[in-house]
Amino acid sequence: METENISDISYEKYLNEDKLMGSRCKKCGELYAPPRPICIKCYGTDMELVEMKGDGKLAAFTCISVGPPFMVEEGFDRKNPYCVGVVELEEGTRVDARIEGVDTGKPETIKVGMPVSVHFLHREKNNTQITYLAFKPK
Amino acid sequence: MLKKRKKLGRGVAVIGAGMSKFGMFRDKDSKDLFAEAFNETIASVDKGVDPNEIEALYLGNFSNDFFVRQAHWGAMISDLIGLAPKPATRTEGACASSALAFREGVFAIASGFYDMVLVGGVEEMSKSSSTEVAEGLALATVPYEGKVGFTFPGVFGVIATAYFAKYGASHRDLMNITIKSHKNAPFNPKSQIPFTVLELMHAKIESLKKKGRPVPEWKNEIDFLSDPGANPSIAWPMHLYDCCPISDGASCMLLVAEDLAKNFTDKPLSVAGIGQGSGRGFHAAPSLTSFEATKNAAEEAYNMSGFKPEDIQFSEVHDCFSIAEIIHTEDLGFFKPGEGFKVAEEGLTALNGPMPINTSGGLKSKGHPVGATGTSQLFEVWKQLRNEAGERQVKKNNLRIGAAHNLGGTGGTCTFTILERK
Repeated sequence: METENISDISYEKYLNEDKLMGSRCKKCGELYAPPRPICIKCYGTDMELVEMKGDGKLAAFTCISVGPPFMVEEGFDRKNPYCVGVVELEEGTRVDARIEGVDTGKPETIKVGMPVSVHFLHREKNNTQITYLAFKPK
Repeated sequence: MLKKRKKLGRGVAVIGAGMSKFGMFRDKDSKDLFAEAFNETIASVDKGVDPNEIEALYLGNFSNDFFVRQAHWGAMISDLIGLAPKPATRTEGACASSALAFREGVFAIASGFYDMVLVGGVEEMSKSSSTEVAEGLALATVPYEGKVGFTFPGVFGVIATAYFAKYGASHRDLMNITIKSHKNAPFNPKSQIPFTVLELMHAKIESLKKKGRPVPEWKNEIDFLSDPGANPSIAWPMHLYDCCPISDGASCMLLVAEDLAKNFTDKPLSVAGIGQGSGRGFHAAPSLTSFEATKNAAEEAYNMSGFKPEDIQFSEVHDCFSIAEIIHTEDLGFFKPGEGFKVAEEGLTALNGPMPINTSGGLKSKGHPVGATGTSQLFEVWKQLRNEAGERQVKKNNLRIGAAHNLGGTGGTCTFTILERK
């Protein structure tokens, strides 16, 4: 079997299939998510893709009122902010993601440390499927 | 194997500095702004200098390509200042672009190749809409961040919630940073917003009265900044007054080999320490409440100079957002981790405090034309160390060591530069 390319492109392809992938160094065992093609601990290049469980806790967040054009197109603005954050996965690595299912009008109710689980947001843009990595409170 | 000396091959001195006024200028472009900074720089050389002596230009510019659809600014500016056909090199490190230009200029002289170079930066942002500026700046986020909708205020919003959860700080503590920096602003003639927060509050009251709208009962700046009508959320907990403005501007400095400096001025400044670092996004950063790039830059600069954090008598730090000033003053060793949020309220970082931070008013009130910021921070250090800062002059005995910290992207590129008056 051909070795699978480990890149941001393959990371996003797996997101489209509802899979959050990381990579593990076959030499030293270090785990990375998002996946890396080079092990920055031992400089091993023999990496394998591994799927993350998708559970973690919210390490930090923000509720954005003034977003980039692609978020404005989704209907987000000052009256309807969206939440993005950093999630610390059970496996010990961190990912950036949208945070769904929280009250962005009352950001003080959103708690750092709360348990979250993965959720894949599918959108279509110019006839291409794209997937946003998202998490929801458990 | 490698010796890792991290010392300059020969000394480098600053003999001139200048900056344009910062602001939003409909009728000035990047060339006009750089001309302003250049003319001031040449005029600032005490014993005079022939601009034909300049051997090369290092110019920081982040994204005029995006903001005004024109790239290749090294060559454009080399034509403007009559440097062509001598070489011009553009440096890009997001909001730290001109600090990189300064550093490359220092290395060019330290290597022995040149005796005199001009370093500086320029950015022209205000002709884009605020959505376009947000989009343009977001080009410097890490792709994993930008793709899920992070903006720059959003990145610092995340850092703020992480910091609050770790150390028990709150948005109220951030307000004290804003109030402190704006107190220095009226004394800086280059400032984009030359007003204190109290003055801005009174101006808002006057404008509401004029429009016949109800006037809230704000008793002080904290009341004003706590009112979402006056200080709306941009990326909670970052509110409008936690964020620096959109700006146009330019700045530059003239560097020479240190042994030649006395030909041009009796008050040169030596480059005592110069450090740089790189950082990763949130996905790989060792901490969400510290920038590894700053720490690397500080270590390089402290080691090279032999100075310790307590030797630095004042510093400009990259306060693109209020929370950023807190993080940097901790990363640079001025205050302990978890202590930085308390010091503005206690007056420790005020103009007359023991460790003045952002005497220029900081990016928050001086303005932040991103590619011009790095050398404009060093311009402030130049003014202070030569006792030319007017009403915002730091009044310490034997003021001789000042520093500037510049941050690019979401901590992807940071520099720390220590200048010394010998």
